[in-house]
Amino acid sequence: MKRSNWISLALVAVVIVLWELACRWFTIPDFILPPPIEVAKVTILKAPLLLPHAGVTALEIIAGIVLSLLIALPLATVMFAVPSVERALSPFLVASQAVPVFALAPLLVIWLGYGLASKVLMAAIIIFFPITVSLLEGYKNCDREYAVFFDLMGAGFRQKMRLLYWPWALPYFFSGLKVGVTVATIGAVIGEWVGAQKGLGYLMIQANARLQVSLVFAAIVWLSAMGLALWAFVGLLEKKVITWK
Amino acid sequence: MLSVSGLTKRFEDLSVMEGFDLTLRRGGFTTLIGPSGCGKSTLFDILTGVFPRDGGRISWLGEDLPDLMGRAAYMQQKDLLLPWLSLIDNAMLPATIAGADREESRRKALSLFDRLELDGFEGYTPSKVSGGMRQRCALVRTLMFEHELVLLDEPLSALDAITRRGLQGLLLLLQNEFRKTILMITHDIDEALLLSDELLVLTPMPMRVRERFVLDMPKAGRSINPELLKIKAHVLEELEGDIREAV
Repeated sequence: MKRSNWISLALVAVVIVLWELACRWFTIPDFILPPPIEVAKVTILKAPLLLPHAGVTALEIIAGIVLSLLIALPLATVMFAVPSVERALSPFLVASQAVPVFALAPLLVIWLGYGLASKVLMAAIIIFFPITVSLLEGYKNCDREYAVFFDLMGAGFRQKMRLLYWPWALPYFFSGLKVGVTVATIGAVIGEWVGAQKGLGYLMIQANARLQVSLVFAAIVWLSAMGLALWAFVGLLEKKVITWK
Repeated sequence: MLSVSGLTKRFEDLSVMEGFDLTLRRGGFTTLIGPSGCGKSTLFDILTGVFPRDGGRISWLGEDLPDLMGRAAYMQQKDLLLPWLSLIDNAMLPATIAGADREESRRKALSLFDRLELDGFEGYTPSKVSGGMRQRCALVRTLMFEHELVLLDEPLSALDAITRRGLQGLLLLLQNEFRKTILMITHDIDEALLLSDELLVLTPMPMRVRERFVLDMPKAGRSINPELLKIKAHVLEELEGDIREAV
């Protein structure tokens, strides 16, 4: 393991130990701040309770990622292919980021109900922007000399897209996707907070109301683990796909 | 054969060429040499269709054309190999884009890899091989174009002297074995004298042909040919004169 990794691990360990000691010294009650050992116990022992909820949240996140990819990939490609479309849509794309997405959550629940759909859309809205923007940036970053060379070979737009622009943009796409998958969790959880019958966000709200703070923490641990796992998965995929860097 | 007549190009107030004429003999090797910034690269950009021209005609084999896009092979200083493709796939790119039979073009590329001593490296990506090998791969790719006309824009200027010597010989392959008609831009007078049948010395902007040399002596032993040494001294003096004037 690299030295920087050791430092990160040591930092985490120090925070956990301080947290544990603080809980003991100041005798903080469990319903305010449970000690890490208690959190760890609940995280593992309550797995049968947490797992089905985590499954629902994971499904929402993954469906959200798929949905946003289905929109972002063609949209970025069309924006790149037709500059007037890019000019027309760019202001909306930027403006969409100015809208606090969380504020949309109650509306989405009213429109789409308490089921999966509102959470999936919530996650998709959050991920959509970094993926679209990074992919478009990647396409545009392609060296002009290569594009001219492809013209000289008589390549059509689809050939240029497939053989040149898409592979060129892949590293950009993956960095956008990495940002996307880590924030996707936020979308799903906010959606669940506002109105749901299942999911880790729903479980957190329920546990919070009953002052089962250690269960809230356990849900956070599971959520973070899911986010990290997704991020690591995208990282692995990137390594598999981009072999030339 | 390629014939360019009355080519005119302006960038706002700057007149790059006014009535530039050029005729290439079929199967010949013509080199353009001129002071830097004289408009040689703009000429190539116009020929390849990067910029539109303001006036003049371009015709290839008697047919008037807007530009040579899709009609000429092209090789420049940057190898323009795609980093995500293996050397062989890079070399096959013109054939892939033209929709040629894959097996047949692969065979052709492999035999060229053999010729250019790239055999065994087919599966490597460009980042794994040396600059000279990348440029040899670019040369194979140039040969994979089915076009007779080849445009070379300082194809070897990024290489070190020794690698360059090796590759100059390979450029002659284009002409002798593959019967290509070649138009090359270079800054290197020695390279021009070594390779070409015809040498055109250009003026500063607005660009025109200042002097034309027909080099009909055999290509072997050219580096010590006294006549060529005289031409070299003369051309260098002219180019240096341009630089002095510019300064």
